[in-house]
Amino acid sequence: MSEPLLQVTDLVVRFTGRRGAYKEVIRGVSFDLAAGETLSIVGESGSGKTTIGRAILGLAPVTAGTISFRGSPINTLSRADRRRQAKDIQVVFQDPYSSLNPAMTVEAILVEPLRAAGIEGGRNRVQELLDAVGLPANAGTRYPREFSGGQRQRIAIARALALEPAVIVCDEPTSALDVTTQATVLNLFKDLQEATGVAYLFISHDLGVVNRVSDRIAVLHEGALVELGPARQIATAPRHPYTRRLQMAAPVADPTIQRRRREERLLMLEQSDSQST
Amino acid sequence: MTRHLLFNLGRSVLVLFVVTFIVFALMYGDGYGIAYSVLGLTATPEAVEAKVVALGLDRPLLTQFGDWLGGAFTGDLGRSFYTGQSVSEALSTRVPVTLSVVIPTLVLTAVISVLLGVTAAVRGGVVDRVVQVISVGGTAVPSFIVAIALVFTFAIRWRFFPATGYTKLSDSPTAWLASVALPMVALLIGAVASAAQQFRTAVLDTIGRDYVRTLRARGVRESNIIFGHVLRNAAAPGLTVISLTVFGLLGGAVFIEQVFVLPGMGQLANMSAQISDVPMVMGTVLVMVLIVLVVNFTTDLAINLLNPKARTR
Amino acid sequence: MTDVATTIPLTGDARRSNKSVLRRLVANPQAVICLVWLLGVLLVGALAPWLATSDPNTTFLAETNAGPGTPGHPLGVDSAGRDVLNRLIWGARESAMAVAVVTVVSVALGVSTGLIAGFYRGRFESIAGFITDVVLSMPGIVLLIALYALTGPDVLAAMAVYGVLLAPSYYRLVRSIVLGVRNELYVDAARVVGLSDWRIVGRHVLWAVRAPVIIQSSFVMASGIGIEAGVSFLGLGDPTSSSWGIMLQQSFNSIYNNPILVLWPALVVSITILALILFGNALSDVLQASARSKVLPPRARRRALAAAREALPGPTTEPTPLGSSDDVILSIRDLRIGYPAPDNSVNQVVHGVDLDVRRGEIHGLVGESGSGKSQIAFSTLGILPKEALVVSGHVMLDGEDLLADDTKLAEARGTRIGYVPQEPMTNLDPSFTIGRQLVKGLRAARPMSKADARKRLEELLVSVGITDPDRVMGLYPHEISGGMAQRVLICGAIASQPDIIVADEPTTALDVTVQAEVLEILRNLSLERGMAMILVTHNLGVVADLCDTVSVMKDGLIVESADVEELFSNPREEYTQQLLASSRSVELMEDNDE
Repeated sequence: MSEPLLQVTDLVVRFTGRRGAYKEVIRGVSFDLAAGETLSIVGESGSGKTTIGRAILGLAPVTAGTISFRGSPINTLSRADRRRQAKDIQVVFQDPYSSLNPAMTVEAILVEPLRAAGIEGGRNRVQELLDAVGLPANAGTRYPREFSGGQRQRIAIARALALEPAVIVCDEPTSALDVTTQATVLNLFKDLQEATGVAYLFISHDLGVVNRVSDRIAVLHEGALVELGPARQIATAPRHPYTRRLQMAAPVADPTIQRRRREERLLMLEQSDSQST
Repeated sequence: MTRHLLFNLGRSVLVLFVVTFIVFALMYGDGYGIAYSVLGLTATPEAVEAKVVALGLDRPLLTQFGDWLGGAFTGDLGRSFYTGQSVSEALSTRVPVTLSVVIPTLVLTAVISVLLGVTAAVRGGVVDRVVQVISVGGTAVPSFIVAIALVFTFAIRWRFFPATGYTKLSDSPTAWLASVALPMVALLIGAVASAAQQFRTAVLDTIGRDYVRTLRARGVRESNIIFGHVLRNAAAPGLTVISLTVFGLLGGAVFIEQVFVLPGMGQLANMSAQISDVPMVMGTVLVMVLIVLVVNFTTDLAINLLNPKARTR
Repeated sequence: MTDVATTIPLTGDARRSNKSVLRRLVANPQAVICLVWLLGVLLVGALAPWLATSDPNTTFLAETNAGPGTPGHPLGVDSAGRDVLNRLIWGARESAMAVAVVTVVSVALGVSTGLIAGFYRGRFESIAGFITDVVLSMPGIVLLIALYALTGPDVLAAMAVYGVLLAPSYYRLVRSIVLGVRNELYVDAARVVGLSDWRIVGRHVLWAVRAPVIIQSSFVMASGIGIEAGVSFLGLGDPTSSSWGIMLQQSFNSIYNNPILVLWPALVVSITILALILFGNALSDVLQASARSKVLPPRARRRALAAAREALPGPTTEPTPLGSSDDVILSIRDLRIGYPAPDNSVNQVVHGVDLDVRRGEIHGLVGESGSGKSQIAFSTLGILPKEALVVSGHVMLDGEDLLADDTKLAEARGTRIGYVPQEPMTNLDPSFTIGRQLVKGLRAARPMSKADARKRLEELLVSVGITDPDRVMGLYPHEISGGMAQRVLICGAIASQPDIIVADEPTTALDVTVQAEVLEILRNLSLERGMAMILVTHNLGVVADLCDTVSVMKDGLIVESADVEELFSNPREEYTQQLLASSRSVELMEDNDE
């Protein structure tokens, strides 16, 4: 296998609070991401999954460990150098409301990354991008408030695609959406990957969502990875007890199957209880 | 919480030093200028030189400040450049006059504006709109213009009250009341207008909280929700409003004393400043800063006591 | 994912273009009147040399103390023989300059430091914070007076100092906005696409700061007018000038001789301040408008409701008969709920819903955001937002119409209908211990002694999986986790042994593992106590796990209602099928063969 596109080694992120107290949010996490691949990081709230994404994007401090892109470390770059690297790693955030500046038109939002990278003649590119994410050509002159949550998320995706990045960090990109919208946005992610060969680092709390889009899944619990493996294995036959608990906890939309799963889950909990006592 | 309070206390003391030093440096920076003002513009250079030395204004600024500060700790704030009267003595007769107007006004403001603000927020509708209109009008007219209007109507036209002058409470309670009634009303109008508006906002904010809805859903009576929960949670922002009111009233009192010729702190500061009686001015500045800091500190203390998060920390 | 459609606040001015702001200002009569006055004052000030018939200090000794209406002196002549109107005109110039100095100084200092402190934080912010404290501890008026000793009668210098004293208000305002904007994801996104800090400030931060600064400025200008007048009134101004404050002072000194003189400057000062305040209020109404519906005043409310009822289709069809009264505990008929639209008409979000819940049944109410499902839940408890309008309908609890009778509703609330909210943490009063809140809620529903209430609640807490109820009851809400808070709230809902529980997305804010536990608790409670439940949710998995019956909502209507087995195995409506397909596409079925 060729060299990984993005490599995270022994990542530690620590936030210092008041009067020197600190909290270690990420405690030695390692994984890598190959070109064109989708790797998901799954965890519950407080597990640190968002922090990993922010560290890779340069939005959270890296206390120890390295983050390398195409073999060279990026977490030690100066902010100016880091900006030059911006076009390789892009982001789609969870909240489609706060991730788009309400004062800017869609076109201005999409031109911003192009301008930052010194690319002129953004107009045609904006049309291409809108087309790629399935928005009408006249969307450019309108403001984010005129769009629904799902459409806004498409705008955010178009912004991430503008610089033709190699990696997009997707931080819970569908959690704020209704289920029907969620399904179409997930399809869009897949289509874009096929068309452009972009790699996704997909961050989510939802094993189901992740299973649908991922090649591999990493399970994060209290700042450390407990399991990393092929998506199908993690989602359907997890090995680590925590992953199993996570997997059994999510209810499925079928009363019969759900009844069976519920009983299995209670049995599993009883067993782990009796083992621990 | 103790730690937080100690930190705040230290910060207050530091602020006190910095503020008094800045004002001191501004006022005492030009010794010759002060001497000129004291002696009058016709003074000879020799006389000015002598006066500078006599008043100790030729010493380095830091030495002068050190002396002043040292004196301040023992209650000695120096003497007037003109009359030789002790500054602390002058303040001890002036401060009570100002406080005898400001404190009752503060209490009245708190009571009236809490009532108005809470009623407006809870009742809404007509009461709310009336309170809002009154608030805008009340804040728009400066207190000294209200005072002029009051003098004009009640003292000059109708002669209900004495237009000017002050009687001590201990001398004659009724005469005292007559002498402070108009000044209090003049201060009260603006203070209530702005405080009531802020109380209204604080209460409305609390009423919109999720837990208020849940309490309703539990069947807790509306009066119990308002008095037991909403007011309890609006208390912290309410205290901040009260502390801001104190500062507003103190500032307003300076003008009001001018209109009604009340022998208070503000008038002392104003008269002294116009004749460059620097020690007197400095004394009133110190008293004002102390009041501001004490009020801020107690407000912070009270808010901390009210907040379970701070209490259990 | 609450679907109270009316509570998406718009932040800042950002949502509207410049042009429409101007247009809406012009449409606001209050703003127009204020603006006309203010522009008038500015214009008079600017054109004073041409407008005034003479110098402000020209004296007409022969006409000293002449009253208003004297030929040649429309507002009269003052005690020193000067024309009052002339002096007012020149005064406009002086006051405008004074206000300009205050505003420029305080904006320049406060906004720039606020931007830096908010954006870069760190040491600059701590130092700026301390300086702010120092400045705010300065006794404003007394300091201005004290400085008189230094500067002499120079009002502009005093105004500059006053500007410094006011700078902290801008600093605090700007800093808090920048701190907020800094955490907005769009700023993070701008960083990620490689924008430099300068460009982020220029493109994103300044935008957000602009409107609040403009609004604040109108209030600062108002206070500038007041303070200029005040300082001059104290005798600290230049006695040869004709500023409004000086006019006030001089006319007040001759109030016994010529009382009317004091009226003109007092009026002009008060009106100008009023105009600035009202203009500021109008600006903030226009710039910081929110999408939240207004609470209509009673008369408009009645009118809106009448109009909405008029527009109803009318009783063309027989109302669905009530379910067999023994079996059905809660029955909703033809429920229509709306919110006031900007033109005071009613914007309906629930369009005539019928729903029956049988005793002991868990009834799922499922739909996407904005479908109106939470509105129905709130209406059964009478806890709809204040601005909501119930256009029509009945909520029958055991045959009694709660919507028709407020006292019945108040009696039923908390005693016969329990409520489990969505967000556990915000639904507990932060100022009281868990124990006090629970005891109060229970005693409000069922009068009993505190000790009895506490005992019953302790048992209940144990039954929802809290092993040390005594300790938990002594804690404050901020000391417990979200999962624990939701158990506490469930206890609060069931303590009075209600016939039916209304649970509004009770697990949406929780992690999946905690969600599974809470669902387990709800199931057991329902089985043990035979309580009926309305479970509002957007999650079909939760429905499949817990519910006996399901109603699917879309756009304020129930599109399909059936037994849970029936609905999941044989959905009739296309929308239900679509919803199911979407849910299942992201699910962990063992036979998943993607």
